[in-house]
Amino acid sequence: MAEKPLLVAKIRNGTIIDHIPAGRALSILRLMGITGKEGFTVAIVMNVESRKLGRKDIIKVEGLELRPEDTDKIALLAPMATINVVKDYAVVEKRKAVPPKIVEGFLRCKNPNCITNQKNEPVKPRFITASYDPLKLVCDYCSLALTFDDIARQLESRP
Amino acid sequence: MLRGRDIISVNDLSRHDFEEIFRMADEILEAPDRWSSILRSKIMATAFFEPSTRTRLSFQTAMLRLGGEVIDLGEVEKSSIAKGENLSDTIRMLDSYADVIVIRHRLEGAAKLAAEIAEKPVINAGDGSRNHPTQAMIDLYTIRRLHGRIDGLTIGVLGDLKYGRATNSFIAALTRFRIGKLYLISPPQLRVRDDTRELLVEAGIEFREVERLEEVVEDLDVLYASRIQKERFPDPSEYEMVRGSYVITGESLRGAKKNLVILHPLPRVDEISFEVDSTPYAKYFEQAALGVPVRMALLKLILVG
Repeated sequence: MAEKPLLVAKIRNGTIIDHIPAGRALSILRLMGITGKEGFTVAIVMNVESRKLGRKDIIKVEGLELRPEDTDKIALLAPMATINVVKDYAVVEKRKAVPPKIVEGFLRCKNPNCITNQKNEPVKPRFITASYDPLKLVCDYCSLALTFDDIARQLESRP
Repeated sequence: MLRGRDIISVNDLSRHDFEEIFRMADEILEAPDRWSSILRSKIMATAFFEPSTRTRLSFQTAMLRLGGEVIDLGEVEKSSIAKGENLSDTIRMLDSYADVIVIRHRLEGAAKLAAEIAEKPVINAGDGSRNHPTQAMIDLYTIRRLHGRIDGLTIGVLGDLKYGRATNSFIAALTRFRIGKLYLISPPQLRVRDDTRELLVEAGIEFREVERLEEVVEDLDVLYASRIQKERFPDPSEYEMVRGSYVITGESLRGAKKNLVILHPLPRVDEISFEVDSTPYAKYFEQAALGVPVRMALLKLILVG
């Protein structure tokens, strides 16, 4: 059977993030800190068919090699995502995104009485991954849990 | 080993830690005078950002009985907090003055933040709605003294199991022991949180959630009572409806075992009727008195090992 034509050309050197739940690609880019102004060539494919997920998004970034600590954040929104490192048109490394054990700084605790929600205290929110499947993060200060839905809601509602 | 450690949550304490504190408290009660100068030249700072009577006074008494000195932040309204100083800066200051800091705060995680900032050990004297580890030490110590053991006992916890920091810490502390059975007695609105339930399952503790004390009173070796606060109910009429069922009276204790021990972290308002005070079950004043030797044991172990 002939392969389906690719929507986006292959990249020479860079990173491909595959198996992103449909509709989350833009949030993932934001999480990675890619705004489009960095100069990388970025291709986003959304809502394509996937055997694993039904529909999925894919991101290709030419010229950017992500370190594991960067890609691990991706798992917070896309627990099934795979990260492919491409060199000279060939995938030289394939890894699963794994949520970091400690998530510091970019998620907020949803407990209004948590010390991390006090504006005048110099404290960064910190969460410990209590469970990977389903994903559950626990605030290191007040023990309140964030579920995958809480995390997705927070990360997706960012401007 | 407790020397130099922060005491933030019961979750940081092992059974061994509890037992070390209990043994020390036993020694102190046996010969209190022997310890009266062991903390000479040590200073304890108390920073209570929320009102407290028993906890503050018993910590201060404990330090004085060990020969140490006490400095106190005073009422928050009259301190630099009123000028807008934050917790972090206040703790930094106390850290440079004292050898140990005891903190109480309304906000969850305040003690943990204080411990991260301070180099000196920080003891949580109650923060938010979950953590009051020294109260849990006193509760368990009281049970151990009165029943001679904690393992194997059937224990009921009654009242606000959702927001009560004393009940939450007590339940968490029970998971360090092999108790017989746990009854969680509360109105549906104030049942334990899911994570507490998970903690109990993980620890393999057999527990049952019930709504009425009368259903289980005959089984109990220990009944831990706590206050149900009106402000926890969005609808005041709901509060009026449930409060009566959680007042412990002579009648509600009918059929109780002879050696039942009733504990309460105090202050009580009307959740244990005064007629119960004169029964042999009432041990809450004894429990409050044991606050001093237990806190003495803790301070001694943290400061000099």
